[in-house]
Amino acid sequence: MSAPATTAAHVRTKRTPAVTRAEGWRRRGPLLPALIFTIVVTQVPFLFTLYFSTQSWNLVRPGSREFVGLSNYADVFRDSQFRQVALNTAILIVGTVLISALIGLGLALLLDRKFHGRAVVRTLLITPFLVTPVAGALLWKTTMFDPVFGMINFVLSPFGVGNVDWISKYPLASVMIALIWQWTPFMMLLILAGLQSMPRDILEAARVDGAGAFSLFRELTLPHLRRFIELGVVLGAIYLINTFDQVYMMTSGGPGVESSNLPFYIYQRAFLGFDVGQAAAMGVVTVIVTIILATLALRLIFKSFTTQEAA
Amino acid sequence: MSVDVRTPERRDVAAIKKQARKKRQDKGKSGIVWSVVAWVLALGFFFPVFWMVLTSFKQEGDAYTDPPTLFFTPTLDQYTAVLDSDIGTALLNSLFATVVSTLLVLLLGIPAAFALSLRPVQKTQDVLFFFISTKMLPVVAVIVPLYVIVNEIGLLDNIWAMIILYTAMNLPIAVWMMRSFFLEVPGELLEAAGLDGASTWRAVREVILPIVSPGIAATALICAIFSWNEFFFAVNLTAVQAQTVPVSLVGFITGEGLYWARLSAAATLAALPVVIAGWLAQNKLVRGLSFGAIK
Repeated sequence: MSAPATTAAHVRTKRTPAVTRAEGWRRRGPLLPALIFTIVVTQVPFLFTLYFSTQSWNLVRPGSREFVGLSNYADVFRDSQFRQVALNTAILIVGTVLISALIGLGLALLLDRKFHGRAVVRTLLITPFLVTPVAGALLWKTTMFDPVFGMINFVLSPFGVGNVDWISKYPLASVMIALIWQWTPFMMLLILAGLQSMPRDILEAARVDGAGAFSLFRELTLPHLRRFIELGVVLGAIYLINTFDQVYMMTSGGPGVESSNLPFYIYQRAFLGFDVGQAAAMGVVTVIVTIILATLALRLIFKSFTTQEAA
Repeated sequence: MSVDVRTPERRDVAAIKKQARKKRQDKGKSGIVWSVVAWVLALGFFFPVFWMVLTSFKQEGDAYTDPPTLFFTPTLDQYTAVLDSDIGTALLNSLFATVVSTLLVLLLGIPAAFALSLRPVQKTQDVLFFFISTKMLPVVAVIVPLYVIVNEIGLLDNIWAMIILYTAMNLPIAVWMMRSFFLEVPGELLEAAGLDGASTWRAVREVILPIVSPGIAATALICAIFSWNEFFFAVNLTAVQAQTVPVSLVGFITGEGLYWARLSAAATLAALPVVIAGWLAQNKLVRGLSFGAIK
């Protein structure tokens, strides 16, 4: 990867003076166990993924394993389901991140003021993020979205909404709602941390100077919050690319692949279709796309966080 | 917009006081409105959890009614039934995997964070970037080989496979987070402790660790939360013996939501430890989740 050299230069650290070789090793010593462990557990399997992706290997056909070069990749790009799933993944990530960042911003602004029971309100608001994702998904599937007994239909019934089967009618949106519910608290916490790190005296001075609430927000608060929102978006996207629990529990990717995302689709290929080679090739494609996007995103947060620290 | 801090001094004091009083009154009124909005939204976000806990104390008959039942005779039947099922094994497995993997993360991560902060190795940036880059990769890309490898070495459906994976999953976050805590140790303190040769370990143990211990505790908590909630590895690599709590929840959905109350009790049990831990440590949570990027 080319990213480390360029991006890393921005990260803050204490200056390293020139050290002797022996001293260098003494310093490196404590790092090595963690580094080696991480390399072995995270990188070695990926090398296997690369290798498997060149094999035609289906577990239900013993002896079927052979080298096929890049043909698995060709199949991935020909697979229209894969394209649909990749699109779903993008929709899920972008939609969830943006909506939860927006709601999170609103909630953070509400919580940035002193009022009765603010601590309780914050505690209630962060709870969805803490609930085990599988439990959260089950909760939405059964008690919230159920067509007959679910709370959503009960709450909406005065507005003339009948017994809608939300999950089968709008599977992707249902998954997204559960994800937004889970991720909004995260955004709120991050943005709240940003708000509380705002220099109060400047705000106070601007207010005394007669600045209206809106111009205060637009010209002081929002620029200050920008890097916190960016961080939230990037981290949210990193965590959300691995979304599996909600899809698995709520829709199983269905109907068809309408609500399937890449982790779930690849899981299906590998563990239900037993197509190791295909699944591996899809994994590699996912990784390449993610690396490209993550590198861009990381530059963004590193830039935003180091310019601030330098100032 | 220009900001002039001295402006008020030049204004008529009485006028300012009057204006401030009026503003406070206005603010008081709109303040109440916004507080009510905050409360309503918070209760809305919390409602599904509240409903889950409420349902867990119902009999199945009360759990699915239309309209929903709010008043009922609470019962602990669902909890006793859940605890009689495999969830007991799963709770123990989750507890074991969470505790051991968190300890391993600290064992590997504290020295690494030290080597990347207080007495930095060369190319610190590259190492840090490497650690974080492992978090960027979709885990689905390695699940197939992991299955094959774990199967080969005979650790399929063995809790130790989960422990190794959870350690690897949390180590990068822990290293970043603890590094940011270590960087706060004042430099003079280190020099005073005379960090050379044989006394390094003593200085770390007696001077640095006490200072950073709240940070280490927060790191441990974040790692524990992630391990407890993890599902993807667990559902693919464990079956009966080593199943963890999230996996055992799947067992309650067979029959398509026929046992809502029981399911709610199981889900409540699964969520409770993490929710309580998170409530207690909400301030530390942000820092961990942002890989230490925010203080």
